[in-house]
Amino acid sequence: MSTTTTVAHEGGHGHSHDHPKHLAHHFETLDQQFDAGKLGIWTFLLTEVLFFSALFVAYTVYRSNYPEVWQFASQYLNTQLGATNTLVLLLSSFTFAWGVRNAMLGQIGLLKMNLAITLLCAGGFMGIKYMEYSHKFHEGTLWSGNEDTIFRLHAEDVPEHIKEHSHAWDNRDGEFSAAVRDLDPEFRQKLGIFFGVYFCLTGLHGIHVLIGMLLLLWLLLRSMRGDFGPDNFNAIDFGALYWHLVDLIWIFLFPLLYLIS
Amino acid sequence: MTSSTNALDRTNYLNATKGFMSWFWTIDHKRLGLMYLWSVVGCFILGGMFAMKIRLTLSGDVDFASQTAEQMNAYNNAFTVHGAVMIFLVIIPSIPAALGNFVVPMMLGTKDVAFPKLNRFSYHLWLIGAILFVTTLFVGNLDTGWTFYPPYSTGYTDVSVITAVLGAFILGFSSIFTGLNFIVTIHKMRPPQMTWFKMPLFLWAIYATAVIQILATPVIGISLLLILVEKTMQIGIFTPELGGDPVFFQHLFWFYSHPAVYIMILPGMGVMSELFATFSRKPIFGYKSIALSSIAIAIFSFIVWGHHMFVSGQSELMSIIFSALTFSVAVPSAIKVFNWIATMYKGSIAFTTPMLYGLSIIWLFGIGGLTGLFLATLGTDVHFHDTYFVVAHFHYVMVGSALFGFLGGIFYWWPKMYGRMVDNKWSKIACIMSFVGFNMTFMPQFIGGAHGMPRRYAAYGPSAGFDGYNEASTLGAMVLMTGLFLALGTLLWSLKKGKKAPANPWGGVTLEWQTPSPPPEHNFEIDPPVVGDPYDMSLFEWKGEEEGFLPVNPRPDDPCVANVQPS
Ligand SMILES: [Cu+2]
Repeated sequence: MSTTTTVAHEGGHGHSHDHPKHLAHHFETLDQQFDAGKLGIWTFLLTEVLFFSALFVAYTVYRSNYPEVWQFASQYLNTQLGATNTLVLLLSSFTFAWGVRNAMLGQIGLLKMNLAITLLCAGGFMGIKYMEYSHKFHEGTLWSGNEDTIFRLHAEDVPEHIKEHSHAWDNRDGEFSAAVRDLDPEFRQKLGIFFGVYFCLTGLHGIHVLIGMLLLLWLLLRSMRGDFGPDNFNAIDFGALYWHLVDLIWIFLFPLLYLIS
Repeated sequence: MTSSTNALDRTNYLNATKGFMSWFWTIDHKRLGLMYLWSVVGCFILGGMFAMKIRLTLSGDVDFASQTAEQMNAYNNAFTVHGAVMIFLVIIPSIPAALGNFVVPMMLGTKDVAFPKLNRFSYHLWLIGAILFVTTLFVGNLDTGWTFYPPYSTGYTDVSVITAVLGAFILGFSSIFTGLNFIVTIHKMRPPQMTWFKMPLFLWAIYATAVIQILATPVIGISLLLILVEKTMQIGIFTPELGGDPVFFQHLFWFYSHPAVYIMILPGMGVMSELFATFSRKPIFGYKSIALSSIAIAIFSFIVWGHHMFVSGQSELMSIIFSALTFSVAVPSAIKVFNWIATMYKGSIAFTTPMLYGLSIIWLFGIGGLTGLFLATLGTDVHFHDTYFVVAHFHYVMVGSALFGFLGGIFYWWPKMYGRMVDNKWSKIACIMSFVGFNMTFMPQFIGGAHGMPRRYAAYGPSAGFDGYNEASTLGAMVLMTGLFLALGTLLWSLKKGKKAPANPWGGVTLEWQTPSPPPEHNFEIDPPVVGDPYDMSLFEWKGEEEGFLPVNPRPDDPCVANVQPS
């Protein structure tokens, strides 16, 4: 990678001394600057993984304590939508990676196109996520402490308006393996824990997607301004690494949450 | 003194630019270090006020029955705020963020840390976190203890938990970014001749600390965020009424908070290694083992957290494993202490103020570390758990060692920071007073705790028989406070009246001593010197007319020796 940064220094951009345009004052060489940035972003990604780790541990602990709860709860997640989102994110990772290549080769037109597609994919992901979330609020498949959840210890605490339109509550169309209303109360309450973990994990991931969208917007605007090229693509490269991690976390979340059977 | 080794009359980093924004929006690591320093001192005074409130509540024979609910609430608030402020706002940023920022790039001979803007961002995050913490004091009665254990924190106490947890979360990210910056700086910005094993030991300690900062802090970040979510939305993960498990939080909390102890202590150990070498005028003994023991401590620190849950319903097997692992941390810690003592052995020791702080730590850390073994032992821990024995233990480690290390570091690098020498006599008196006061405060707590005196009680009543310990402890706290204020006084006094400091007042060999005091904006006036052995004391010798040390073989262009050429 680092070989690509030793770009020929064109000179003639106003600096009298031999200091490349994109080199910060405290670095000796462009290579050193690039390496430092690379190590910095990788270290940051490591902290991101650990940031999610507590929730993955929560997932593991509760799943190993209540495997049948986890299995049962998973049927309320929409696998088609989850799979679509996986594909959307994979595509976005591909276009972002291609964008890095474009920047390196100076294909600014393609770079702008790829960044735009990536941004659109991210928006699409959030749109689908919104559909999933709103469906869950409609159904009352929510965490234990929510007022409108159907996973209450005492069935009589579930609000009437939720019971009325929740298919999960009485298994109206027979699409689920059992009606929530008939479940053992303790079991029902534990289903709420699954959704607690589900909303925390996907919510935190969603926040990361939103941050990624801001990042993409910033990169897109900068590339329209003509900031990037073979001698300056660090920001694109590091942004792409962040985006791949966000993608990767989803790749783990999808089977762990949606595909338990 | 007319020598050019003092740069107060020249352009230096302190006077190069002026105005509020030139400080607030600076990316100069030295200015950021100083801003951290003074912010931390401010928070220390705040936390100290709450400590005095605790001591004053406990002294005097107040009967449990005569205490009103408000008084007891205020007491709970006092020990919570004291603990949270001291840990999150004072000790954790103290050495890494304040001294580390100031010293690390200079020790490496570079102009700045790898990401100066990120560094500034860290400081601003720290400020936001600090403001949220201070807000907490006004929005309610934070009374959870600094540990924020659910279900109390998420269910029963008031909303002040929200601002406190949010503040701690933001402070966590400030700490992560500082650590990240140091890791990259140390990896990528060392001068070519400085191999890993030619780095000053302070850098090793800062590096080990940074590893813990980036690996452990995100875990407390998410855990505190979950407390926030639990509190505001009853997500259920930690709440037993909703099917959750509160002990799960304890695991997450201590997975960070045990390593955090080493975020506090490792940098102090790094400072000590510098102090002992410089003031014994001897190469450090066992360089490699000190360096590697920092890394060993960092690794061990991640696998011992369960020793905080011996009585929380953790399985016996787990407790036994955690107990054994905890003992193993004693090994690298002891390696350090032995090496420091061996460094001093047959050295020509200079009893300067920083050295006195260093020597104090050997005593304080010795006691703090060894009493830790009592708590790692399963049988004795059941007896000592939640008594003042634990309180005394962690104060010896965290205050005794980390705070004294911080003070030692301040007095050591103060001439470099401000170009002024601190008054010798009064700063030594301050150090001795603090040391005596500290022991007077916490020694009685060991004894009281061993006799079963429980912690976090607002009153005991005369029949409990703990009044004597409390009286003694409060008296000691007064002495300690006086000593600390005196130390602050000597520092402030030196800014106006102190003698001008030479570039190298102590004879340190690390690179920061090879630039004028205070340093120029970009740290070195000429290209930084070639790196040799950081502990080869024969490279510098005392020059009386200079009141400082000078290189034995100076380079012709060295600005630090220009004026003392024989003429
Ligand atoms: Cu611990």
